[in-house]
Amino acid sequence: MDYPLLLGIFPQVLLDGIILGFMYALIALGYTMVYGVLEFINFAHSEIFIVGAFVGVEILLSLRSAGVLDTLPWPLVLLFVLVAGMAISGALAVTVERIAYRPLRTAPRLIPLISAIGVSFFLQDLIRLVESIWRNAFNLVYPTMDQLNYRFELTETIDVPVKSLVVIAAALAMLWVLHVIVNRTTIGTAIRAVAEDQAAASLMGIDVNRIISLTFLIGGAMGGAAGVLFGVQYGLINPYSGFIPGLKAFTAAVLGGIGNIPGAMLGGLVLGLLEAFAASYLSLLTAGAFGAEYKDIFAFSILILILIFRPKGLLGEVVRGRA
Amino acid sequence: MLRVDSLDVAYGEIRALKGVGLEVGRGEIVTILGNNGAGKTTTLKTISGLLRPLRGTITLEADPLVGVPPHEIVRRGVAHVPEGRRIFNRLTVRENLMMGAYRRTDGGIAADLERVFTLFPRLKERRTQVAGTLSGGEQQMLAIARALMANPRLLLLDEPSMGLAPVLVEQIFHAIADINGQGMTILLVEQNAAMALSIAHRGYVLETGSVALAGTAAELSGNADVRRAYLGE
Ligand SMILES: Nc1ncnc2c1ncn2[C@@H]1O[C@H](COP(=O)(O)OP(=O)(O)OP(=O)(O)O)[C@@H](O)[C@H]1O
Ligand SMILES: [Mg+2]
Repeated sequence: MDYPLLLGIFPQVLLDGIILGFMYALIALGYTMVYGVLEFINFAHSEIFIVGAFVGVEILLSLRSAGVLDTLPWPLVLLFVLVAGMAISGALAVTVERIAYRPLRTAPRLIPLISAIGVSFFLQDLIRLVESIWRNAFNLVYPTMDQLNYRFELTETIDVPVKSLVVIAAALAMLWVLHVIVNRTTIGTAIRAVAEDQAAASLMGIDVNRIISLTFLIGGAMGGAAGVLFGVQYGLINPYSGFIPGLKAFTAAVLGGIGNIPGAMLGGLVLGLLEAFAASYLSLLTAGAFGAEYKDIFAFSILILILIFRPKGLLGEVVRGRA
Repeated sequence: MLRVDSLDVAYGEIRALKGVGLEVGRGEIVTILGNNGAGKTTTLKTISGLLRPLRGTITLEADPLVGVPPHEIVRRGVAHVPEGRRIFNRLTVRENLMMGAYRRTDGGIAADLERVFTLFPRLKERRTQVAGTLSGGEQQMLAIARALMANPRLLLLDEPSMGLAPVLVEQIFHAIADINGQGMTILLVEQNAAMALSIAHRGYVLETGSVALAGTAAELSGNADVRRAYLGE
């Protein structure tokens, strides 16, 4: 076995895993926050995520055709794209809740779930329709910004592109802001109160519907940010690109303990790292018997094991109080 | 201050209240007595907006409350301490209290925090503790304190003695009398009729969703039916 190679790629794989993990963590927050307040899995969240990526690519493509993409300062461009993706994904999530979930709030639990799956398909095909009319394209490529693609060569086998550092920094900043909002502000305390007991929260003067909308807004905005970062990092998107990362982020949320915000962050990181290591090491360690294409089987097997032995996830499911 | 007239409330097919009427004057403690399932909790939930009546009116100082959502009713000055306390177990004591003051924009929040800490010094000691780890008595104190943080005109209390040891019941009722002494109007639902009548000015007896009897606390304490059915004689 080629130990120097195994060791040599380790930092690179670690970095890939961390990036992937933050991506999953950001998406997972949308699932887990909504679950926390409604005990409902928003299956359309994967599309809310990918809409963020489309907002990003549309803005970047417009800037490029206007010929200003490489003359504007890139941090400004990136910040603008992030905020726009967050705003539109957040607004979309709020709208979806109003139209497709709120009228079904008192219906049996399976009904809003089916509605969410319907919204998911609807959004996928809506994006496809819009992009095929607008650009006559299915796959879209994120325009590259030269400065973002600059790579720091650390060693022969390891180099770190600027964009990866930016993705990590942006994800960290967002997770920190979310943490502060949820744990240190009155509105965040109200979100936690509604998650625990809606009727009691309404007796405090909290408008429960507004807090639910706010939860969708925050979760959607995090998803939109993840979408933009996903596009910047991986480059290629299509209307169905949200599905698999969404499913994995949902898994990450379950892994960390669904409804549990720090759990979603941890679950995302664990899953991202598992996947990156499986992708790079499986074939090396098994002498080619299992290739990188088995990474998901490997990651999900470990997930199943964790769920068998820790069914409430790593940090514990947040069990809601009396409804 | 509060006036309830011919209130009908149902849970689907189950009629819980039939023509309930009652009144609470400013500065009074009025108690609602009744057996399990008589409709006491239903009455309070309807006043605070958690339930919508089929029929009837509720007015707070001439202001109609029927159809107003609960979070808005709080803002108009009605605070409801629900049955079973319903404190937020995962929030700290202080966070629970701040949720009580959620809708307030006046400058009196800090002063009211001090006021409830003076009323319940135990809560001050435990203000950074997660509320789910409080004892039953402390949780009841927190539930009452949290309602007071809304700076209400009218306080609705649903069985504050539930599940508490006699000495704690004494303490809680003492606090309720204190709060009333400072001018708060209180509508008190209780199964512990003796305790309730000892601090109330007036009372109503609910039986299967209707008011069976009404009178001053002294009248009710002296009534033979009340003594037999609720005071264990
Ligand atoms: N959520 C509900 N769904 C259906 N029926 C209900 C519901 N809540 C209460 N009821 C019924 O309404 C009636 C009045 O109940 P309520 O809770 O108001 O009684 P209560 O006087 O508060 O009793 P307790 O002293 O046991 O708390 C009862 O017959 C009860 O079974
Ligand atoms: Mg009751």
